[in-house]
Amino acid sequence: MKPSTLLRWLLVSLLVAAAALLAGCQHDEPLPFRLTQVSGHMPDLDFHLVNDEGKPVTAADYRGKVNLLYFGYTHCPDVCPLTLAHLHVVMQRLGPLADGARILFVSVDPARDTPAVMHAYVNAFDKRAVGLTGSAADVEALVKRYRASFSREPAQGDGNYEVSHSSAIYIFDAEGHARLLATPADSQDSLVHDLHLLLAPGVKS
Amino acid sequence: MKARPYATLIAGLLMAGAAHADQASQIRAEQAWIRVMPAGLPAGGYVTLHNGGDEAAALTGASSPDYGHVMLHESTTEGGMGRMKMIEKLAIPAHGEVALAPGGYHLMLMHGSASVHAGVQVPVTLQFADGSKTTVQFLARPANAVDAGPESATGHDH
Repeated sequence: MKPSTLLRWLLVSLLVAAAALLAGCQHDEPLPFRLTQVSGHMPDLDFHLVNDEGKPVTAADYRGKVNLLYFGYTHCPDVCPLTLAHLHVVMQRLGPLADGARILFVSVDPARDTPAVMHAYVNAFDKRAVGLTGSAADVEALVKRYRASFSREPAQGDGNYEVSHSSAIYIFDAEGHARLLATPADSQDSLVHDLHLLLAPGVKS
Repeated sequence: MKARPYATLIAGLLMAGAAHADQASQIRAEQAWIRVMPAGLPAGGYVTLHNGGDEAAALTGASSPDYGHVMLHESTTEGGMGRMKMIEKLAIPAHGEVALAPGGYHLMLMHGSASVHAGVQVPVTLQFADGSKTTVQFLARPANAVDAGPESATGHDH
């Protein structure tokens, strides 16, 4: 191929790609997200876990929804409930758009978090929340996939123990691509704003 | 070495203070609530403590007839990791206040009785460094509440 032919081929490809993008999302510039963008820096959502009804599930079961992935455990009395309560408020503020989103609460304490406990827990926060638990190996694989971490703290006198864990919220689009990362320091406004963009592209929020 | 006379002075004042007004009677509690969890899971308890006295007070523990065990805890999220640690005492400065609020200091209430559900008042006895105690009514709120209320401020939509 001559250099001039290669150049022309590249130009045409770029134009076709740009036209496809424009037609697809009716945006002529990148979406103005407020949260940290992680597109291309984190792998697509992938896991093999057990949902809060006791059924084996994979990430494919949640494709088609925008997923908010958060690691925690049900014996966590403060930070996990606070995060889930905030996400519930965010979902409420999204109105009918929230039907296109799910909160995936993944237990980093599968020894205590049975599907039944997870079911009672997530449903106390939001009807669009799903509790996911599973084998220690399967949970760890998902944690490692997103460079998160957790560690079980020494038990207290009565045998109760705490689990320190990553506090980030990972947001995936409907195709399962990692898009955004939120921390507890991010405001509800930022979450609502960015989820609006993901759930209704083309709608200015 | 300059600090030592002050330390002695402060210790003297604290002892003198304890002699005529116990810490519990200096404390006013507001915004007291409990995030009630399902399935007998541990709950977080929150309250703002105002110290109206001239001497510092310190919260050292709590108990409730509705919970088997209550501990004083602090949550931190440093370096992206959420952690919880037990704390021995929580100082409330003279004429100052300390908030036990979600994401920071809180009571961890364990082994709750079945009678605790959203809407009821739960008595919690706060214990202070001088051994004095005061009982405060904590409002039991739904798991997905974000603060003390009012009830209409957040929803429990199912």
